[in-house]
Amino acid sequence: MLKLEGVSKVYHVGTFGSKELHAVQDVSFTVEKGQVVSLIGESGSGKSTIGKMILRLIPITSGTITFDGVDISTIKGGRLKDYYRQVQGVFQDPFSSYNPIFKADRIFQILREEFFPGVKQAEWDDRLHQSLKAVGLSPKQVLNKYPHQLSGGQLQRLLIARALLLDIKLLIADEIISMLDASTRIDVLNLLADLTKQGLSILFITHDLSLGYYISEKSVILYRGRVVEMGSTEKIYKNPLHPYTRMLMASVPRLDKKWETVEAELEGVPSDVSSGCVYHDRCPSAGEGCEQAPPRLVEIEPDHFAACCQVAIETASLAAPEVAQLG
Amino acid sequence: MSLQVENLRVYYQTLHGDVKALDGLSFDIADGEIMGLAGESGCGKSTLGYSLIYMNPRMKYVEGRVMLDGEELPIWDSPAMVPFRYKKVSIIPQYAMSALNPTRKIGKMTAELLESRKVDFKEVEPELLRRLDLVDLSHDVLDMYPIELSGGMKQRMVMVISTLLNPSLLIADEITSALDVSTQKAVAEMLVEFRDQGIVKSVIFITHDISILYQIADSIMVMYAGKLAEKAPTDVIINCPRHPYTQLLISSLPEAGVRHAEKRLTGIPGSPPPLLNPPQGCRFRDRCPFAMEKCLEEPPVIEVEPGHFVACWKEAEPYA
Amino acid sequence: MTTLTKKADSVATRTLKKNEMLYFALRNMKLRIGLGIVLFFALLAIVGPLLTDYRPLAYVGPPAQPPSSEYWFGTTTFGQDVFTQFVHGLGATFFVGIVGGGLGTFLGLLVGFVAGYRGGIVDEVLNMLTNIVLVVPTLAVLLILAAYLEVRSVLSESLFIGMFAWPWAARAIRAQTFSLRSRDFVDLARLSGMRPLKIIFREIAPNMMSYLFMTFILQFGGAILTAATLDFIGLGPTNAISLGLMMNNAVLWSALHLGMWWWFIPPGLAIMAIVGALYVMNVGLDEVFNPKLREM
Repeated sequence: MLKLEGVSKVYHVGTFGSKELHAVQDVSFTVEKGQVVSLIGESGSGKSTIGKMILRLIPITSGTITFDGVDISTIKGGRLKDYYRQVQGVFQDPFSSYNPIFKADRIFQILREEFFPGVKQAEWDDRLHQSLKAVGLSPKQVLNKYPHQLSGGQLQRLLIARALLLDIKLLIADEIISMLDASTRIDVLNLLADLTKQGLSILFITHDLSLGYYISEKSVILYRGRVVEMGSTEKIYKNPLHPYTRMLMASVPRLDKKWETVEAELEGVPSDVSSGCVYHDRCPSAGEGCEQAPPRLVEIEPDHFAACCQVAIETASLAAPEVAQLG
Repeated sequence: MSLQVENLRVYYQTLHGDVKALDGLSFDIADGEIMGLAGESGCGKSTLGYSLIYMNPRMKYVEGRVMLDGEELPIWDSPAMVPFRYKKVSIIPQYAMSALNPTRKIGKMTAELLESRKVDFKEVEPELLRRLDLVDLSHDVLDMYPIELSGGMKQRMVMVISTLLNPSLLIADEITSALDVSTQKAVAEMLVEFRDQGIVKSVIFITHDISILYQIADSIMVMYAGKLAEKAPTDVIINCPRHPYTQLLISSLPEAGVRHAEKRLTGIPGSPPPLLNPPQGCRFRDRCPFAMEKCLEEPPVIEVEPGHFVACWKEAEPYA
Repeated sequence: MTTLTKKADSVATRTLKKNEMLYFALRNMKLRIGLGIVLFFALLAIVGPLLTDYRPLAYVGPPAQPPSSEYWFGTTTFGQDVFTQFVHGLGATFFVGIVGGGLGTFLGLLVGFVAGYRGGIVDEVLNMLTNIVLVVPTLAVLLILAAYLEVRSVLSESLFIGMFAWPWAARAIRAQTFSLRSRDFVDLARLSGMRPLKIIFREIAPNMMSYLFMTFILQFGGAILTAATLDFIGLGPTNAISLGLMMNNAVLWSALHLGMWWWFIPPGLAIMAIVGALYVMNVGLDEVFNPKLREM
């Protein structure tokens, strides 16, 4: 349904735009109908940039993004609006998503003006109430209030209700629960999971591995703008292949066991890794070839891809011992 | 060192009345203890942290006593707190790493800070360099501007600066929240290292992330709506919590290894009460699955076992 | 003064429940004093001409008379009534402030919003335009313009001032628009299919209302000062009187040496008071609009 192929985003920074910042490099993945895909990465991984590119909020430097077969990277005007009927987004900061001087339900009014100009008031109210119920909000509690009078959880749900009004196929959820309290987080998460059962696809952008595991079937792990590991969530968690993924898994604070004494590599001054593997300056198992060329995503086991030369070589050597001599 | 807080009440003055942010809190911290302070936003944990070191003009001290190392801290009197600040009690405020002066080199900023405390930079410099080594920062950092450092580096720098004069009590307010997972681990472990090396004696670690507390805290205090809900050693709080709020909180955390399809976690319905006019009795009563009539009265804090405190009628009258 | 304060306080407390901003506005000393002074002079400008029968440029009495019950502010070297000139001049001053300041604000809004929202090449071009107008020596241009115009009215003076005053407003508004544009609610409006112009007027501008208000006040004060400067060096209106012109005439006819203080002190003080009051009002407004600056 949604397909990214070789998508990249380059920013020009510095005086007169002389330096280039590769926020996203050659990212490819798909989201199928009714599927939840987690896009996992820390700060600087490019995950939010990808989300915004899919939503056409920032332009794509190269590569294509196709939705139901249509290349949406360059559409404008009416066709863009049609795209928005099918794809919507919810962002991280619930309070920033609302214009503070207006009431919260203004987001619905805007939607009505732009997408449903002909609908009569009574029918609109009906649809609105249904949407609110679908996200677990009572209309009396949330309508006609200012954003600062509502809680973060309620605001996020209102945004999801807004997306549902459009009967969308794909929701881009960019860190939507990271600013919520622990007790409300799980409710919003469960809501998303319920919505997928009704056919909604979700691209769940997060830095929290446990959340990704809880909700998604497929995961894409990003580091410094590149995909380092991708595939079935369960396979990745049970058997993380890429050194970065392994480091992530070891560093996540868990409630069932204490941190392993795996040395988490401390991030130093960001260095230029434009050549070779993006992780080679921090990787404990970096070899010679790692500085030369960025590794490709290789299918190590069915539905489990990793972009690491060492892993690829190891897997190959297990399959064919002669090849290992060349590595 | 030891900290004893007795019946601390600190309110915020607003146009509409007093917001009862901290309403009668009592607890102890032993020498060398890292106490985690957890709770939802608005529960009063940041207020507690700040009231122990610096009360901004909107905060009103109502009553309570704070004893640090046997000496009373005059928290209501800002000028009288000056000799304690930075030397006996220190704080790493939330968003500290974003608050570094962007136009000053780190070294210059540290020197100015020390000067304002009447400490000679030259005297402290060798110790400063040793601390930088301890946190794995190169000495060149002192010659850099904040914008040249990554988030993790800034946070480590802030930790070094805040603890330079070896305070007895360190208050760390959400120091890991804005960091990546790997840096979080490093910073949290660094805090433990500081304690182990005697740089700080005890720590109050304020955070909303209980899983980090499980990793490094000796004890955890859970607050709700300005009051103490439960305080106990870490293992006890995580594995056998007694207060209903703590129980619901722990069970709502997704752990790596749990999938929605397998086990559906539940949150806590409702939201914390408004602190302008808090409800009578137990403040968790509206959301508590075990609420009974008795809860209309303020529950006492019971020590159910040594070092384990719970504020719940269930514990006071188990046979009711 | 205390009874006034108390009354204002009780009105303030009653309005508290309805509008927090109004409450702070009414209680803010700087705002009250500043607004009071400006309103006083505005009232004088409206009511003053009704109090006098004379026309400002007519020769009505004995020359160089100090203030008396007949001529409240005395007379000029030519026997014109200074008080009449003063109140008419006030009117002209306010006119310049409103029209000149208004034009400056309007142009600043136009350029600032478009540059701030669109960014990219549009922003670069508009920036260049802004910088050029900023750098042009206003006085020199106006001198040349004045040389070509035989008759100058207050209106044309206001328009000229407005055409050169907008860059400051444009810069400030552009910066604000930039920062608001990256907020999530603007992204959400885009995701709702809103067109850019609509977003600027319906989402961004209302958020900047306080800022726009203050920008206008600064433009108002700035226009008055510029007009006074122009008048003082002789580039003022040829067919009307203004406060700056009064001062110009006074200096030309050696009022200082002759000790005719009543000719130049009232207009000078009035300009100082009005512009000063406007700036004080601005500071007070800043406190009202920005909760963090308020003293509790």
